[in-house]
Amino acid sequence: MTEPLSFEKSRSALPPPRLPQAGVQTDAQLPEEHRRRRPPALPRLSEAEIMRHYSRLASMNYSISEQFYPLGSCTMKYNPVANEEAARLPGFAGLHPYQDEETAQGALELMWRLERALCSVVGVDRITLQPAAGAHAEWTALRMIQAYHRARGEDRTEVIVPDAAHGTNPASAVLCGFKVVEVRSGADGRVDTADLEAKLSNRVAALMLTNPNTLGLFEREIAEMAEMVHATGAKLYYDGANLNALMGVCRPGDMGFDAVHLNLHKTFTTPHGGGGPGAGPVGVKTDLVPFLPRPTVECDDGAFRLDHDRPQSIGRVRSFYGNFGMLVRAFTYVLAMGGDGLTQASRDAILAANYLRHRLEGVLDLPHEGPCMHEFVASARNLGPHGIKALDVAKGLLERGYYAPTVYFPLIVPEAVMIEPTETESRATLDAFADTVQAIVELARRSPEDLRAEPRSLPVGRLDEVAAARNPVLRWRPNGRDATASSPHEPVRSDTVNDRG
Amino acid sequence: MPYLVHSTEDREAMLEALGVATMDDLLVDIPPHLRVDGIDLEPGLSEFETMARVRALAGRNRVFEDRLWFRGGGVYQRFVPAAVSAVTSKPEFYTAYTPYQPEASQGTLQAIFEFQTLIAELTAMDVANASLYDGATALAEAAMMAVVETGRRHVVVAGCLHPEYADVLRCYGDGRGFDLRVGLEHVGSDTAAIVYQQPSFLGLLEDAAGLTELAHRHGALGIACVDPISLGMLAPPGEQGADIAVGEGQQLGLAASYGGPHVGFIACRKELMRRLPGRLVGEGHDDLGRRGFVLTLTAREQHIRRARATSNICTNHSLCALAASVYLTYMGPDGLRQVAEVSYQRAHALAERLAAIPGFELPFPDRQFLNEFPVRMFHVEHHLARLRAAGILGGLPVGPMFPDRPDLEDVAIFCCTEVNDPAALDLLVEVLTASAASVNTRSGAR
Repeated sequence: MTEPLSFEKSRSALPPPRLPQAGVQTDAQLPEEHRRRRPPALPRLSEAEIMRHYSRLASMNYSISEQFYPLGSCTMKYNPVANEEAARLPGFAGLHPYQDEETAQGALELMWRLERALCSVVGVDRITLQPAAGAHAEWTALRMIQAYHRARGEDRTEVIVPDAAHGTNPASAVLCGFKVVEVRSGADGRVDTADLEAKLSNRVAALMLTNPNTLGLFEREIAEMAEMVHATGAKLYYDGANLNALMGVCRPGDMGFDAVHLNLHKTFTTPHGGGGPGAGPVGVKTDLVPFLPRPTVECDDGAFRLDHDRPQSIGRVRSFYGNFGMLVRAFTYVLAMGGDGLTQASRDAILAANYLRHRLEGVLDLPHEGPCMHEFVASARNLGPHGIKALDVAKGLLERGYYAPTVYFPLIVPEAVMIEPTETESRATLDAFADTVQAIVELARRSPEDLRAEPRSLPVGRLDEVAAARNPVLRWRPNGRDATASSPHEPVRSDTVNDRG
Repeated sequence: MPYLVHSTEDREAMLEALGVATMDDLLVDIPPHLRVDGIDLEPGLSEFETMARVRALAGRNRVFEDRLWFRGGGVYQRFVPAAVSAVTSKPEFYTAYTPYQPEASQGTLQAIFEFQTLIAELTAMDVANASLYDGATALAEAAMMAVVETGRRHVVVAGCLHPEYADVLRCYGDGRGFDLRVGLEHVGSDTAAIVYQQPSFLGLLEDAAGLTELAHRHGALGIACVDPISLGMLAPPGEQGADIAVGEGQQLGLAASYGGPHVGFIACRKELMRRLPGRLVGEGHDDLGRRGFVLTLTAREQHIRRARATSNICTNHSLCALAASVYLTYMGPDGLRQVAEVSYQRAHALAERLAAIPGFELPFPDRQFLNEFPVRMFHVEHHLARLRAAGILGGLPVGPMFPDRPDLEDVAIFCCTEVNDPAALDLLVEVLTASAASVNTRSGAR
């Protein structure tokens, strides 16, 4: 099944939608030199055609509303529908960010309360809700740490990240002007503390860690590592990708982390939206509070206000106050769950991961000792002799109605298959998934060429990604460069190719 | 407990399968002194009680009627076709993950490919990416592209840039190692880019072609920060020599939502394509020759290149980009032009009427504008309070945002769109006329 592009379905003769007329008197006219010469070649479709187009596209997606997403390090849990209703309330959705504070007291109170609730979960003193996503949050935290060191007259130039870290960690460090130093993982999958000792110096601004780490293992020596880092004057940064294991179990703040980021689109059920919007609040201990992005939300005698007067602030990391609509969703979730519910959620997530891990023993390789926390990394290297790779297992799962686990990450495990079931999948789903992995492994042994040909029943099969990257086609062109288009193009009205050489 | 799925029996059966007695047996790697027992938060609520609390908070915000919004400053009230939320509230879109597995994500991938094309067409640039967080961070990403491309470390701002965008640029620059200089007198051989907002934060049109030419004369890039609706009628950055175009897409079908989530876009000349931050969707084919869409040129990105990536961006604003795509597809080229023209005409009619009120004036009468414009009105806070009392969200007072610009003291910027019907304009003028009369009676016209 394929669906033509909206541009390919466009009908040039279609009249525009009915829109308001100006209904005012003025002689003003935009001077010719400012006028657009050629109209943009936007499609012209009726509303009925638009709705059908996007309904067909929707049917070509897997989503958490229909499929199980055992996607390691992504925490794809159920997105409560009440959250959506909350975010759409006119009292939130219809609020201009530059309304006077006295007309936005409910919004400010929500942010203030959410900040305090999240502080309780992770054990920090203050939180900024401004960052838009996890990577943005990492960068925001590093900017604060950088500003902290600079305020002390220290020019620290290095950031240490584990070899198992997510790619955004080193990328965020570089974006802050730091040099990245990698620390090794030991044979047990945890940070090699001897290597960490060797990499630490007074040039180091921060160590970026997640705990549980990307292998789903708790860093047992976290308190010792924190001590080592702090002894050199560096700060410890917590990547919140794996916070779903820890709510009500233990707190990054107690482990010695100075800055802690959270992904509301993971742990706090705001939907992923096909790749965002998310939200990435960052919590800090007292030392770093002066450097928080401005404005912060403050409460004086029951009146809420934005505090812009923060002289040591790193400034703004984006416009306005964050992805407010996502904050509403997360706040709604926190209210519904409460302290007891969040605690049970983490415990259930850990239980589900261990149960699924147990079910896959002997099916896939499990290179690290359990128990795991909320996720685990298996390896498909046991299928190597049959010419089967982790990617083939992933595609086999897609064929059978499951989204694929995260594959080839972390980089330190060959043929990695990283699985995170979350707390919102039933035992029946976990069992059915384990049975399916087993069936795929059996197929891999019996007739690997059949597995390598999957998926067969999805809208497309495996795409030639190398060819796509070698000769990138990143947009539709009015003059129809696309050979596969079957519908006639409208007459060329626009030549917007900007060949300036 | 809401949203949890296991019965006590399920939990016990799973523990038993694992051969352990209690949950604590699974937590043995956590040092005991780090363990906590629960969270210091009140217990969970029923959905009814949860929503009652949330509604009570929403009720403490004042919502102004759509047609009585005359405040912009980066976030605008526009007509949003019902098709937009009908599409974005499809769970197949909003609960999907980043489309890393193309066979199971063709809906999202094709929608992004269409978004990239729509933005490239709108800006008249060669290529656009899959989206960024917002207009401000899009501008910062563009500045970083220019810094890397030119190997220079100064970015010059021409005209009046949104002060929050300038703050964000500074914050990125402080980390990445470039600085921001305001004013064309700073342009020189060490300039990486000239950045301009078109129309400016005040709503005024800049000489975009002149600015990009100046940038190129100094070996710098021209970066345009544009209003996407304006491009229905206004010369787009690609026609004016810009190398990178960015902007905020909130007006393309997204609610104001107290400032987010909205969506940033970035487009550039094809020579700069490999410096683009974030995700790009390209066309590909499977072994049966069927066309499909796939994330491509990933060698720029953090998950492949790690420390050598063009940016750290990972999660972007895909669902907001989808909203923008539905909006632009609904409007088509003629609808978009009409929205821009109606906004233009109403704003000009309003500006003429406001300028006629005793004590009010247009501070930059020789400058062109589109649908947002500055008005000098002494006792600006008094007038805005009168408007508020009449249920009108009046113009944005910009004086406090620019303490170094005495010429903006007592200035508010007003905007008009297709939602401000003629009766709304009449009401605004009536209230301000009365307000001005009361001030003039008290203190005499200044």
